[in-house]
Amino acid sequence: MIDSGVRKLALSHLWVAFGAFGLASVLGLYQVLERSGVITAMQSPAVYFASVSTHGVLMAFVLTIFFIMGFGYVTAVSSLKTPLWNPAFCWAGFWLALAGTGLAALPLLIGRASVLYTFYPPVQANALFYIGATLLVVASWLWCVVMIVMHGQWKKAHPGEPVPLPMFATTANAILWLWTSAGVAAEMLFQLIPWALGLAATVDVGMARTLFAWTLHPIVYFWLIPAYLALYSFVPKAAGGRLFSHELGRAAFVMLLVFSLPIGFHHLYMDPEQGAGFKLSHGVGTFLVALPTLMTAFTVTASMEMAGRQRGGSGLFGWIGALPWRNPMVLAGILAAAMLVLGGFGGIVNASYAMNAMVHNTAWVPGHFHLIFAGTTVIMYMAIAYYIWPQLNGKALCSDKLPLIQLWSWFIGMVILTTPWHILGLLGQPRRISSVTYNSLLTLAWEPYELAMIVGGGVLTASALLFLHILAKSQRQSVTEQSFEIEYAEYFHPVTRVPALLNGFTVWNLIILALMLANFGYPIAQFFLVKTFGSTGWGY
Amino acid sequence: MHIDPLEKKWIYVVLAAIALFLGVIFYTAAVRNIHPPGHIETVDSASLHLGEEFAEDKLGARAQADGSVRVTLVAARYGFYPRDIRVPEGTPVTFRIASADVLHGVHVPMTNMSTMIVPGYISTVTTSFPKPGEYPMLCNEYCGMGHDHMWSKLTVVARERWNAAE
Ligand code: HEM
Ligand SMILES: [Cu+2]
Ligand SMILES: [Cu+2]
Repeated sequence: MIDSGVRKLALSHLWVAFGAFGLASVLGLYQVLERSGVITAMQSPAVYFASVSTHGVLMAFVLTIFFIMGFGYVTAVSSLKTPLWNPAFCWAGFWLALAGTGLAALPLLIGRASVLYTFYPPVQANALFYIGATLLVVASWLWCVVMIVMHGQWKKAHPGEPVPLPMFATTANAILWLWTSAGVAAEMLFQLIPWALGLAATVDVGMARTLFAWTLHPIVYFWLIPAYLALYSFVPKAAGGRLFSHELGRAAFVMLLVFSLPIGFHHLYMDPEQGAGFKLSHGVGTFLVALPTLMTAFTVTASMEMAGRQRGGSGLFGWIGALPWRNPMVLAGILAAAMLVLGGFGGIVNASYAMNAMVHNTAWVPGHFHLIFAGTTVIMYMAIAYYIWPQLNGKALCSDKLPLIQLWSWFIGMVILTTPWHILGLLGQPRRISSVTYNSLLTLAWEPYELAMIVGGGVLTASALLFLHILAKSQRQSVTEQSFEIEYAEYFHPVTRVPALLNGFTVWNLIILALMLANFGYPIAQFFLVKTFGSTGWGY
Repeated sequence: MHIDPLEKKWIYVVLAAIALFLGVIFYTAAVRNIHPPGHIETVDSASLHLGEEFAEDKLGARAQADGSVRVTLVAARYGFYPRDIRVPEGTPVTFRIASADVLHGVHVPMTNMSTMIVPGYISTVTTSFPKPGEYPMLCNEYCGMGHDHMWSKLTVVARERWNAAE
């Protein structure tokens, strides 16, 4: 039973998340229109780069952090069946995060922070932007503390019992985020903020890129873990089945935590400030992190197959048709998996140590991450919202049909948007350009694909607004009785006990420490060992 | 701990696939010597014009004693200088690039000539171009409001028509 305090806390977080998402989606539509050049009056690099910076920050940091915090509180109280630890502390986290977002938004919206969500110095933003973004991250650490404390208290009260899988995954994510955000936080606190305030004259760009790469890979798994949690805990239940293997699920979350951290240099394959050896060692880790995802694919597929067969499906594929496709959670799970498979192939290309040169920083890259992040991850956020909204509001969703239309249109829009985007990348189009001015025949081939992207963007933005409409309308209905109870999938193989290694994180933290020292220790230390030359700030 | 036999099989299959991918990468790296760029050489981006390698009269394409070609470039808003480069086909070409201002990237579409150009560091990338023709060299990292306009021309000519003086 989720008490009213937690409901209000969660709804506040989720509304900020989805409000940011709605605004950023409209910006996304503007961007595909602007960059295609069909409306000449629209052309403006100043507006475009302000918009892409805002869209990127809202989607990658605001939507995700607020969603993960809000959903994490719900997961903690509902899976552990204990009251929330220290609500005042949780609210402090919310207000601090909101203040940080507001501070960062001011310079962003007026074009004083057009440095993109990756902050790449030495182009310099207004100091408020860096300070606001840092506050947002620091606020999210309060959430991490709450998750870790609740996990620990439950274990103390239930010695020897396995922590419920949803909470185990959420705690793994909180620990993952503490490790992950340390890189960007160090970049902000020791490099960008002093430099933007004029306290430091120069910034070492190589060091800044290395610290950002520390964050840039595992952050993807921070975004993804709630989606995986839903795949393990909500989707099989919604399909009328049980989770095939909960122990391997735990193992998968532990592996996501451990393997996703020491591999950020695949974002620096093309960079001069790191050597081939460390790039290769990060490259190896990059392939290993495919293992937990493929284990997840197996476990979830097996759970769904059993559910489908129980519902009378037969034959090799007949069980797929027998699944309840009209259930939003099941539908989203299937569509998310489809996008993950498509995106996974692209990811293998990106991850390949040498093949990366062909696609690095081309339009292929935003094509790829929109498919996996805006596609797979966000469609699961939507399904989670549909599932928990009635329990948070005490009111059923306003319609059975609209959510299905919304989820399908998100999927279809994403396919229409990202397929041409990938092709543009293979045709050599760089990412992050606001217009095509190269005097080259090559660019003639780009035009039809840019037009197709507008169609995709239009469908997606309509779908995003429909999503907000469904949530708002459902919440505004007059009250009907609801249970406020969130249910998680049961396990096919009954749980008695699990090995201690799969029930806690102490050993794993030590292993992470060792791996991070091995893969980042020298690459960071080198900036202190050799003579490097910093850069002064540049406008843009 | 309970692991279903099917699960075990699947994990072996996945591990074998990962080993295969990594095997290919190690093979191309160790045997064919294909690496991404990365040599960790620093340079003072604020004083390139005073330095040995990137002063204005040192830029451009030059034949090397071993038959390869070296192209020295400065990346700066908004172009790769000199903006018109000619190189011979089918010949190893080593690019040495330094930024005079902010972050840039360079990519010759449809080829693996690609590197980031980070202020304070020298980028080195070696490749060869099998097909003659005109190629754009595009900046592929956001570098300011003129980023869309940042590109230069690379012309690959038949080996006998190439002369280094150009
Ligand atoms: C409404 C649908 C969307 C459209 C039409 C759209 C379109 C775009 C476009 C055109 C860009 C600029 C890319 C460039 O200049 O290279 C962009 C950037 C970006 N998008 Fe979206 N997007 C949408 C939804 C999303 C969602 C849902 C997410 C994630 C949750 C997302 C995350 C990002 C990020 C992080 C960037 C920044 C990329 C960068 O700095 O290079 N987008 N988007
Ligand atoms: Cu990554
Ligand atoms: Cu540029």
